[in-house]
Amino acid sequence: MVKNNAEIETERKVHEPLFQIVKRDAMPWYKAWLVRAAAIILALAIGSVVIIMLTGYNPIQVYSAMFNGAFGSTRKIWITFQDLAMLLCISLAVTPAFKMRFWNIGAEGQTLIGGLTAAACMIYLGDKLPLYLTIPIMTVSCIISGMIWAVIPAFFKAKFNTNETLFTLMMNYVAMQLVSFCIVFWENPKDSNSVGVINRHTHGGWLPEIADQKYLLNIIIVAVIMISMYIYLKYSKQGYEISVVGESENTARYIGINVKKVIVRTMAISGALCGIAGLMIVAGTDHTITSDSVGGMGFTAIMVSWLAKFNPIVMALTSFLIVFLEVGAGAIVTDPKLGLNESVADILTGIILFFIIGSEFFVTYKINKRHNSSKEEA
Amino acid sequence: MSQNAAIELRNITKTFGSVVANKNISLTVNRGEILSILGENGSGKTTLMNMISGIYFPDEGQIFIDGKEVVIRSPKDAFEHKIGMIHQHFKLVDVFTASENIILGLEDEKRFDLKAAEKKVREISEKYGFSLDPTKKVYEMSVSEKQTVEIVRVLYREADILILDEPTAVLTPQEAKRLFEILRRMRDDGKAIIIITHKLHEVLSLSDRVSVLRKGEYIGTVKTSETDEKSLTEMMVGKKIELNIERAEPCNPQERLLVSGVSCVNREGVTLLNNVSFTARSGEILGIAGIAGSGQRELLEAIAGLQKLYGGDIVYNDPKTGKKENLRDKTPLQIREMGVRLSFVPEDRLGMGLVGNMDIVDNMMLRSYRRGKTFLLERKAPKNLAEEIIKQLEVVTPGVSTPVRRLSGGNVQKVLVGREISSSPTVLMAAYPVRGLDINSSYIIYNLLNEQKKRGTAVIFVGEDLDVLIELCDRILVLCAGQVSGIVDARKVTKEEIGLMMTKIKTGGENKNGKE
Amino acid sequence: MFFTIINNAIVQGIPLLFGSTGEILTEKSGNLNLGIPGIMYMGGCAGIMGAYIYENSTQTPSAALCIIIPLLCSLVGSGLLALIYSFLTITLRANQNVTGLAITTFGTGFGDFFGGSLTKLMGNNGNISVKLTSDYYKTTLPFAEDLGWFGKLFFSYGFLAYVAVITAIICAWFLKRTRAGLHLRAVGENPATADAAGINVTKYKYLATTIGGMIAGLGGLYFIMDYIGGSWTNGGMGDRGWLAIAIVIFAIWRPNLAILGSFIFGGLYIAYSYTSGLGRAASAIFNMLPYVVTIIVLIITSMRNKKENQPPQSLGLPYFREER
Repeated sequence: MVKNNAEIETERKVHEPLFQIVKRDAMPWYKAWLVRAAAIILALAIGSVVIIMLTGYNPIQVYSAMFNGAFGSTRKIWITFQDLAMLLCISLAVTPAFKMRFWNIGAEGQTLIGGLTAAACMIYLGDKLPLYLTIPIMTVSCIISGMIWAVIPAFFKAKFNTNETLFTLMMNYVAMQLVSFCIVFWENPKDSNSVGVINRHTHGGWLPEIADQKYLLNIIIVAVIMISMYIYLKYSKQGYEISVVGESENTARYIGINVKKVIVRTMAISGALCGIAGLMIVAGTDHTITSDSVGGMGFTAIMVSWLAKFNPIVMALTSFLIVFLEVGAGAIVTDPKLGLNESVADILTGIILFFIIGSEFFVTYKINKRHNSSKEEA
Repeated sequence: MSQNAAIELRNITKTFGSVVANKNISLTVNRGEILSILGENGSGKTTLMNMISGIYFPDEGQIFIDGKEVVIRSPKDAFEHKIGMIHQHFKLVDVFTASENIILGLEDEKRFDLKAAEKKVREISEKYGFSLDPTKKVYEMSVSEKQTVEIVRVLYREADILILDEPTAVLTPQEAKRLFEILRRMRDDGKAIIIITHKLHEVLSLSDRVSVLRKGEYIGTVKTSETDEKSLTEMMVGKKIELNIERAEPCNPQERLLVSGVSCVNREGVTLLNNVSFTARSGEILGIAGIAGSGQRELLEAIAGLQKLYGGDIVYNDPKTGKKENLRDKTPLQIREMGVRLSFVPEDRLGMGLVGNMDIVDNMMLRSYRRGKTFLLERKAPKNLAEEIIKQLEVVTPGVSTPVRRLSGGNVQKVLVGREISSSPTVLMAAYPVRGLDINSSYIIYNLLNEQKKRGTAVIFVGEDLDVLIELCDRILVLCAGQVSGIVDARKVTKEEIGLMMTKIKTGGENKNGKE
Repeated sequence: MFFTIINNAIVQGIPLLFGSTGEILTEKSGNLNLGIPGIMYMGGCAGIMGAYIYENSTQTPSAALCIIIPLLCSLVGSGLLALIYSFLTITLRANQNVTGLAITTFGTGFGDFFGGSLTKLMGNNGNISVKLTSDYYKTTLPFAEDLGWFGKLFFSYGFLAYVAVITAIICAWFLKRTRAGLHLRAVGENPATADAAGINVTKYKYLATTIGGMIAGLGGLYFIMDYIGGSWTNGGMGDRGWLAIAIVIFAIWRPNLAILGSFIFGGLYIAYSYTSGLGRAASAIFNMLPYVVTIIVLIITSMRNKKENQPPQSLGLPYFREER
């Protein structure tokens, strides 16, 4: 027996699993944000290496050029904030559903349908009714159309447990094709296959400019939505129900929450906000509609919302990060000297996302080394 | 070490966080023998077996098979040592057929041949007397068929050490009888069989030896032929311990909740509650004793409006108006709106009673957040309540805005019980309210229940520690397999009497064939 | 005329078939990879980059290398992206939806950037074009011309089209008739059970997701080399990646049905050009149909709740063994 023990010991060392991954009890919030910040910095460093390799700039040039691209002139600042506002608005829209663990990836379509409704109102009512009538009608119809687009999958989820991720995903493309369909009838000039600027001269149905700033109204609306969403999620009874359903359906049942009703109601809110985003994009900014009017923001918004841990105020920062990258990196590579294209921003965004997504692991779990149990034996 | 020990455990210890599930356990199983492992819920039986089958890895200790030390890191390692476990919760893929499930994970055969596998399954079934269709899909199977698949799977792998985790819990008496015949046949075939159970008559009729665990510790092993129900119960429940829990006389008891003929079945059609009737009176504590899974949870959930009833009535006598309200088929919200002040401390504290990621204030609101007509939440009252509970119940927490998940088990329970009694209930139900709590916290909970009793609340207390039940309660209802096997006076009953009632179905009839 | 329609539908369907076969394999392991559109872009872009660099590096490109280099580049590119997805979702247990969308962002960005800018980065002008390589990819079977409608229907495609169909058939066979296929399905249905049965869940998830990604990437390669003819247009692949995911649902997670589904969806993609007089409005409706049909299939399968036709049970969920 004695000689065996040594053998057993060595064998055991080889065989025992070395690491054990366990869920952390909780990481203090500042530490968690520190981990995430470290991930972003690491990602930015790698991203700038990519840009340096592509352009031959030195790092300082890279960042100053990026900053310049986003904030170089008053006009650029306005555009940056407009983009930020739109992305933030859609991110806020998807947030209540995500808090409920309802994977709504149909924001792209819900927004587009809102935009389509806005375009229809502008075309059919814009020049016929006074602005003070058009705008309320348009707003209400956009909200309702966005809602319908979101409630359809929610209804089937609540009723038949239909997979909401796949359903909402498909709804996006139905919306896009619906837009293509309408464009055929609305195209202007004929055979251009585009709608062109709607009511170019009369500005019928255009959202009004405040203080001569084209984008100011949008930004104000989104700021209001952001604060309201923060209050709604944190301080309202309905927001509280969303949290309970998202955290534990069992608890929701225990205190008598009607889970199905909450699912449908919450998706209606998500859809309504997407409708408003569509309204602002079409009636407030572009004054036209294409099947690409939302430009993938519906998908980016999912990541923005998730990165902010569903906190509306933090969401302003995460959407700023994404927009800054898009606008800033875009500005560098589209410099006529280089003549590259702005898709490099997506590469950078992707890299940053990979790092932040990966960093969550270290916030949620910790890796323990197995302690060696050989000591107790004698 | 025994001469033909198939498997030997030496000083096995496993902890989960701060909970010690198994402490320094050693035991042996021989070939051609059936060993029962007996113990109450939470005594660590399943954890121990999971370490043999590779689900968990022991923190300390050694496992020997046929005298050689082995390291079992994964279920695969366990298979290689010819260990097969039949889990209590079947590990089967629903959309696969019986034989697909049976060959799942096997890598050794030369060629993937489902037809050959089906043939072999049929052969095994014939040899031991199972009736199993190898091509039937699992989701179309009854519970006992699923169990058969699990057993055949283990035999297919030519396992010679079989572990069965409470195999009869889901079976009808007839099915259980058939299973035992098969197990005896396997034993005679030279296999080592470990069966986890807490049903004494099964232990006595089936096994050769019995090992008893209590609260994670090894108590001892006896030969079945040299023991009886009474001494096994004593080993399982332990000696009577004086706890000195104060117990007041019931004051002015009135019938508050009349439960009559309540029955319910689960999704698979298995009966969970069978014609349960009792009365809960105000100003007294009614204890509910029983082996885990005897229907305690379903009974409380049925009263709370969370379980659909198959039959029976639950009538509430309103002390103020004197009206009688039937709570059957009402949702928790409807019950509340009817003015029934019913509080419920569920077994699953963080999964049902509280939301782990929310702070104490928000958890206080779970019951009351709907109050008021405003759209926004009113957090002032819950915050005051949270502060009051923290102060009065001595909850150890950094503050009211700490997520309850981060509190220790005892403090979590204080928060939950504190909330439930804050609404001055007329009926208070608590399921295992002291599970996992230290002595001090436990006494705080006992005192709270006693206070409620003095206030005139009808308290229903589901417990697992018989000493506590006997000292705390006025009357004890004993459940066995979803049936009431008796309601006894806690001041007169002994621990052994309850222990026996817990493990026997009351109509001795079925039990007669226990010993054959 | 009729055979031309079928022929065109098949050509349209091949990228979808690669994409959906890859995604089925991935989803069978329990991973819902929404990065498939990005991975298909990556597969196409890496392929054309490889071809361009090779064509520019030699005076006399050989046919074999013209085929092999883009093929390898495509497999490596899409495989790497799928590997990133696997690492994040399997090892780091990240949210699958978010990770998948990030992969799509990265993949399309990578494709559009390098596809659009490679010529400039290499100091040349104009758009990227690999006509020569493309011609090799488009080479049909020699006797296709001689067999009339029969040859047109069955033999008039580049070799990748046959690879697509064969891959789908092999996948169907693999999932249904092999031990590893059985294990893979078990992992996607119920990883805890698979784990208890001694199956290496992590290994199966990694392999299925990575190989699935590589198969999907070939869809991008076929699109660029064969369908487009060896050039790059930004955003040219349109919604084909998402359509591939739709086919997975339409085919209720069966690769053999995906063959049919791809050709039907491919047909709908081009159906408008054969419906005279209806014009572009009809095209929009026809393009919408695949998604509408998919939604209907999704609803019906969830309503009928037949176990065999459901998504793999653990789809979208991470697996963590010592959870307690």
